[in-house]
Amino acid sequence: MRAAASDLPILFEDVCVMIGATPLVAALDLLISAGRPTALVGPNGCGKTTLLRLAMGLIAPTRGRISWGGKPQVNVAKRAIVFQRPVMLRRTVAANMRFALASKQHGTDRPDRVADLLRWVGLAGLEHRPARRLSGGEQQRLALARALARDPEILFLDEPTASLDPASTKTVEALIETVSASGIKVIMATHDLGQARRLAGDILFLVGGTLREAAPAAQFFANPATPEAADFLQGNLVV
Amino acid sequence: MFRARSLIASLVLAGAIGSAWPDIIAQTDDRTIVVASTTSTQDSGLFGYILPIFRARTGIDVRVVAQGTGQALDTARRGDADVVLVHAKAEELRFVAEGFGVERFDVMYNDFILLGPPSDPAHVAGSSRITEALQAIDRMKAPFISRGDRSGTHLAELHLWAKAGIDIGAVREPWYRQIGQGMGAALAMAEAVGAYLLSDRGSFAARPNHAALSVLVEGDDELFNQYGIILVNRAKYPHVKTELGQRFIDWMTGPEGQNAIAAYRIRGQQVFFPNAKPVTR
Amino acid sequence: MTEALTLILAGDRTLYQIVALSLAVSATASLMAALVGLPAGAWLALSDFPGRSFLIILVNALMGLPPVIVGLTLYLLLSRSGPLGPLGLLFTPKAMVLAQTVLVAPIIAALTRQIVHDLWHEYRDELTAMAVGPVRRVTALLWDARFSLITALLAGFGRASAEVGAVMIVGGNIEGFTRTMTTTISMETSKGNVPLALGLGVMLMSIVVLINAIAWGLGRWGTRFSEPGRDLLPLVYSR
Repeated sequence: MRAAASDLPILFEDVCVMIGATPLVAALDLLISAGRPTALVGPNGCGKTTLLRLAMGLIAPTRGRISWGGKPQVNVAKRAIVFQRPVMLRRTVAANMRFALASKQHGTDRPDRVADLLRWVGLAGLEHRPARRLSGGEQQRLALARALARDPEILFLDEPTASLDPASTKTVEALIETVSASGIKVIMATHDLGQARRLAGDILFLVGGTLREAAPAAQFFANPATPEAADFLQGNLVV
Repeated sequence: MFRARSLIASLVLAGAIGSAWPDIIAQTDDRTIVVASTTSTQDSGLFGYILPIFRARTGIDVRVVAQGTGQALDTARRGDADVVLVHAKAEELRFVAEGFGVERFDVMYNDFILLGPPSDPAHVAGSSRITEALQAIDRMKAPFISRGDRSGTHLAELHLWAKAGIDIGAVREPWYRQIGQGMGAALAMAEAVGAYLLSDRGSFAARPNHAALSVLVEGDDELFNQYGIILVNRAKYPHVKTELGQRFIDWMTGPEGQNAIAAYRIRGQQVFFPNAKPVTR
Repeated sequence: MTEALTLILAGDRTLYQIVALSLAVSATASLMAALVGLPAGAWLALSDFPGRSFLIILVNALMGLPPVIVGLTLYLLLSRSGPLGPLGLLFTPKAMVLAQTVLVAPIIAALTRQIVHDLWHEYRDELTAMAVGPVRRVTALLWDARFSLITALLAGFGRASAEVGAVMIVGGNIEGFTRTMTTTISMETSKGNVPLALGLGVMLMSIVVLINAIAWGLGRWGTRFSEPGRDLLPLVYSR
């Protein structure tokens, strides 16, 4: 049920974001295409989150251009994001879902959709619980369900399992795989190399706000092209 | 968002009921008039006694706004009252002369009394002339409380000082205190401080405690306190309820109202004396 | 004091009429003030335009508007010789409601602005990412802040219940029609009936305390939506 126009591929042309005189990211030239998940990896502070927000359209570049499917920013209708610490509305689980569904342009069959999505992320039966009373893993899954309620073409995830225990991580990763398999493009920032290995089709490797390497996952992990990448994969600190 | 919708609905409902409430509780009626009168008349409880009789008789609801005499006349000058009932004849006649009132009628009288501490430092007890008592107080610079609020009582007090030949407006010394408040507050203060005070008999009769102040001077003709009733002139304000207001005046000056006024007692004492002149129609 | 107590226990009709009128006037005024103040406060919190800071300062200053001044101004407006004279509102409960609405609206607006501002800070990313339009933003924030806003409303109600200057001037303290608890207290004090005035004062305070107790209980119940459960608290804070 995709509209004729697509937001993919996402093209960055010499994108730069400055805060005052300090660059958060600089000289970004990259292309994200449809297909398997793209993972943004790199040491802390490398600009993963900033890149994610740029690709989502939440912030505008100080310099350079970004286009989605060849168009400049129009609206974010086809994109959804799950933030690193998702904020639950001060309502029940079901009310959160209904809010997300209401923000879609096209109305869908709401009560069924809520139940479907909740069941899908494994939160069935928790409809009437206050969302803030969920555990961390459950809140992450609810945030995911909220994002999917918007029927996005692209799903952005910022460190989706950073604060979760292994069991919850496994559950969420399984969900991500299913989402990707259903045709939604997943773009995720992660510091968990194992996760990147498990889920990613393509890797974007950043250091210090610049793109050092862009390669298919298998190639990146087996044969990193840059010395920093090799260092990083070895577990050394890359400054 | 079923919960939100029902909350909003109940708020709207509450708002609707709420805006109707004041009127529901307060019995609105189109057969109402506004009478601007004085605090001393209200505080005496006279209206509480006679108005229910009037309403039972005519079905007219009288709403009394009690202010000082000066204020009451000003309220009527602004067109915010239908009838005026105050006790300052000179002011009342001026009101009619200015065209705001149709005609002034006597309705009742009582008298003023000079109150003071039992110790009576100015030795005014038993004086037959109020002016002499005031002169004594002025000489002694004994503490004196004045209403200071352009009420009928205040205006009468000023008139008496003038009659006694004292320019009270020029007095700056602390013995003469203008408090700008009602009779009850003035009485309370005079009691507390042990000061002299000109009061109407009705307000003093209504005081619970009579030990702190004594009646020192009474009966002088100058202390006569006449109440007048006036219909506000429709020519100035077309909305004035002339028919209903006239009915009230007719009743107050007629036998039924006059009897009701005479029948009103505070602790067994009559405080208002009807003296409307019979009107030939 | 015993005089007042006797009246209460005897079910004195006049007393109940006075209490009912006081509550009806203040409650109606608070609701009307909320209708104005809630959207205004939310709008001030979310909008940005030149002169906004000045407007905020003005609204905050208006919280301290002296009731007598509101009463006097409204009196001049509603008097038959004033511009709104033909409405015939002077010396009626409606005028009292109007006066108290004017007094309470800035309080609700100022408090709402602060509450919505803080909440917007928290929700900004999510609501922007969901492309929530300005109207939905306002309704979402107002609803999610409902418990804090009820507290603001009750602050307004408290202010309305406590004031005497405005209702005395525009109402006229007419027996059986515009006499409230505060105007009665003022009048009885002026007559020297201090014990009765005190008794009424205690009654008024008791009502206000009761309403605030209900508000507090409501606020506590509301924390189930905004805070993690008590059983989860140790987990949350140990992370």
